[in-house]
Amino acid sequence: MILFLLICLLQLGAFIAWFFGCWRPGAPRWVAIVVLTLEALLLIFPYRAVESIGSLPSAWFGYFYVPWIPRFGIEFYLAMDGFSLLLITLTVVLGFIAVSSSWAEIKHRQGFFYFNLLSCLAGTVGVFMAIDLFLFFFFWELMIIPMYFLISIWGHEDRTYAAIKFFIFTQVSSLLMLLAIVALVLIHREATGVYSFGYFELLNTGLSPEAAFWLMLGFFIAFTVKLPALPFHTWLPDAHTQAPTGGSVILAGVMLKTGAYGLLRFVVPLFPDAAHQFAPVAMAMGAIGVLYAAVMAFAQSDLKRLIAYTSVSHMGFILIGVFSWNGAALQGAVITMLAHGVSAAALFMIAGILQKRLHTREIGNMGGLWSVVPGLSAVTLFFALASLGLPGLGNFIGEFLVLQGAFGVNRILTAAAALVLVLSPLYALGMMQKGFYGPCSRHDFLPGFNRREWATLGLLVFISVWLGLSPQAVLNVSAPAMQSAMEVAER
Amino acid sequence: MNINQFIALAPLTALAGTAIAVMIGIAAWRNFVLSCAIAAVGIVLSLAALGSVWPGTPVQASPLMLIDVYALFYIALLLSAGLAVLGFCYDYFKDRDGENEELPLLLLTALLGASVLAASTHFASFFIGLELLSISLFVLIGYPLNQAQALEAAIKYLILSGVSSAFLLMGIALIYAQSGELYFRGIEGYIASRDDINAMVFSGVLLVMAGLGFKLSLIPFHLWTPDVYQGAPAPISGFIATVSKGAVFVLLLRYFVSTDSYAYTPLLNVFSVMAALSILGGNLLALLQNNVKRLLAYSSIAHMGYLLVAFIAGGSVSSVLIVEPVAFYLLAYFITTIGAFGVVSVLSSPQAEADDLAFYRGLFWRRPWLAAIFTLMLLSLAGIPLTVGFIGKFYIFTGAADGGLWGLLLAVIVGSGLGLYYYLRIIVVMSMDAETVKTGFTQDWLSNVLLTVLTILLVWLGIYPSLLVNIIQSVSYDGMA
Repeated sequence: MILFLLICLLQLGAFIAWFFGCWRPGAPRWVAIVVLTLEALLLIFPYRAVESIGSLPSAWFGYFYVPWIPRFGIEFYLAMDGFSLLLITLTVVLGFIAVSSSWAEIKHRQGFFYFNLLSCLAGTVGVFMAIDLFLFFFFWELMIIPMYFLISIWGHEDRTYAAIKFFIFTQVSSLLMLLAIVALVLIHREATGVYSFGYFELLNTGLSPEAAFWLMLGFFIAFTVKLPALPFHTWLPDAHTQAPTGGSVILAGVMLKTGAYGLLRFVVPLFPDAAHQFAPVAMAMGAIGVLYAAVMAFAQSDLKRLIAYTSVSHMGFILIGVFSWNGAALQGAVITMLAHGVSAAALFMIAGILQKRLHTREIGNMGGLWSVVPGLSAVTLFFALASLGLPGLGNFIGEFLVLQGAFGVNRILTAAAALVLVLSPLYALGMMQKGFYGPCSRHDFLPGFNRREWATLGLLVFISVWLGLSPQAVLNVSAPAMQSAMEVAER
Repeated sequence: MNINQFIALAPLTALAGTAIAVMIGIAAWRNFVLSCAIAAVGIVLSLAALGSVWPGTPVQASPLMLIDVYALFYIALLLSAGLAVLGFCYDYFKDRDGENEELPLLLLTALLGASVLAASTHFASFFIGLELLSISLFVLIGYPLNQAQALEAAIKYLILSGVSSAFLLMGIALIYAQSGELYFRGIEGYIASRDDINAMVFSGVLLVMAGLGFKLSLIPFHLWTPDVYQGAPAPISGFIATVSKGAVFVLLLRYFVSTDSYAYTPLLNVFSVMAALSILGGNLLALLQNNVKRLLAYSSIAHMGYLLVAFIAGGSVSSVLIVEPVAFYLLAYFITTIGAFGVVSVLSSPQAEADDLAFYRGLFWRRPWLAAIFTLMLLSLAGIPLTVGFIGKFYIFTGAADGGLWGLLLAVIVGSGLGLYYYLRIIVVMSMDAETVKTGFTQDWLSNVLLTVLTILLVWLGIYPSLLVNIIQSVSYDGMA
């Protein structure tokens, strides 16, 4: 029941925010804060359950189950394990960040804005819990529509193009996934005689190698477009750059993780053999993406575009981690998801703050900001370092574990991907150098962070350091889930 | 003909009777409200008659018509659609000067033709129904007499419709010449008795298909579609897109299943080409349209292509399994298309059609509810979850995957991707900022009620389709077995 409430609360809050927006323009953001706080309180219950999990045979705790469309054996079936719990927590935290960064930025049509923001979060939470493949697809699509509106209504100058590109990329790839889902269900029906979209039923479908390969490819493309991995990444720089700050935070922080989640939850467990054979290709895509995006990030002059490319680079690590499919690499991928969510959200928020004050995203137009706004610059430096993988911060743990786990699987690709440790300081420090150091030419007076911004970024700094210094607490939550996923795939 | 058969035809007789009543009404007292009211009551009566006939099915009412659940289900669908279109027509025409009273009459005759099509099992009733429908439509399209575009559309439709009827008749003649049968069951017997494919019958079916392809506006028989949709009054465009196409498709499916023409496998290749062309061509041609009615016309071409994919799957799986996806998809398409054209017609008047995309700029902030409804309709056409269009597309996917039509499915996916672009373009335009232009629009309460009902149906069936699925399942299993 808690699981259902988690989604319901957000969606209901979305409608309330819209309703209040018609009544008083400033009210929706408070509604959003209240709803997210309630959501965070709700999350305490599943964390309690984690502590008692040791005795349970399965990694899953919490179910919600209602028959939905019996004709096709479709069920409204939610379940949660440690992995989804962590990602939902990330979603809620970044929900706060997104509201905070939209607080002063969004002035027009606030009601509809927060409606979209909260519906987007509701869809994402649904994606992380749906365990019926039809329901998963349902939520997968549902989170795209509000994001589309966020970009196309409140975005920057080139928003229409970016929004439509984003929508078409994700939609077409997800239709491939729908096709794969339907085909999988039909094969399962032929074997057993009943329709079922349930994850646990479909896990044991006997597939011919050829069928398994094509079906895996359908899922794989949908998730790597969302992740994104190299050939499918072109929607991302546009969408991230044009989205309003709150939208960028959600996109980079949470939505990209749904792709990673899908790879880990569905692609490998459903098609273990095909995934195993495909692993070198996938890992190569990851490694090339890591390097290519780092180089591209270095070449950007638009601050948000630069951050967008660093996201692509970090997501490459997740792809490598998932397809290495061993304990260390998987845990590394989980930590990378969380740490990247935090650091990318912070960087996008800073970019939004700078854009609001300077009316530009061009790094070339900044220069010497440190002397004007030292506090802001210091925080930026912190997250730039986090992003380049400084030991002691979350991103380092994630990348280290991924590289460690992947080394045993494919040495050449791992070594190649590790080269990014040289490239990432280049873009991160380059950005700092060009934007924040040097003589200040144009900006005599700029307001620094206000209290709201300090509080928000302070929270993110704290999480980042905490992830870096004591990752074990997080690893303990996700360990049973990863363990059972690996067992499933070995069967 | 015994009394049972006569009773079974009650829905059709009710319609015909109402048409006569409207005609007499007009002769006595010209009043638009009265004509519409009589027509509406007649349609409701006919629906009620449907309900009472349902338990006694199937009844073979003369060799011409079979009243089974399949026919009754689709007649109900067609009549409901007709009722909705009548409502939109009322709001659209009520402020127009001139003689509007014949409009409900023509709608009734068109509906009668469509209902005959849904029930017919014989080439004679097939042709009579089709012509009844087409001739009524021709007048309906040109109803605003003083407008060049409408007249052009009507003439175009008349001539091309005549040509396609000629094809159809030629096809029927060829089939008859070889098999000596006009009755569908008789043709089935003929096809079953031969092992090889008969060239004459084959060409006959092809010609019939060409004639029907015109009505369904499948590529390459689609050229009239955008012009006619653009020229016709908006609610009538909705009527052509749904009732006319739906009835023809229902008949096509019945013909193929009951004569077992699926045995002619080369036909399916021809259909596959037509389906792929319609999906890709319809969507591609819609991409650059700035006229909403033309855009919806091209999108309806693509949707007929999707439907044809499910139809083709009947060649490789049991044809009973095909009736179900087709029924659901048609229903979804009806709700969505009538809704979309309903929005256009609320914004239009007989003097000025709201078909230019620029007209929709900022609609979200001017008339939020209307824009929200239109957005939902467009998302449903695009097949996005939460809407009935998604479940429909899901049905097409399962049907076609069952039949192993991977190539066509790929076309569906590519087509959907293209489709998104132009549906989203309308939504983007609606959400753009625009200086608030105070347009003195009238309150069309009837249209608003209809649009609300359609939207509720769209969302409800999109979220919880089980109820409808059960009905459709019983229809397809009892009806076509």
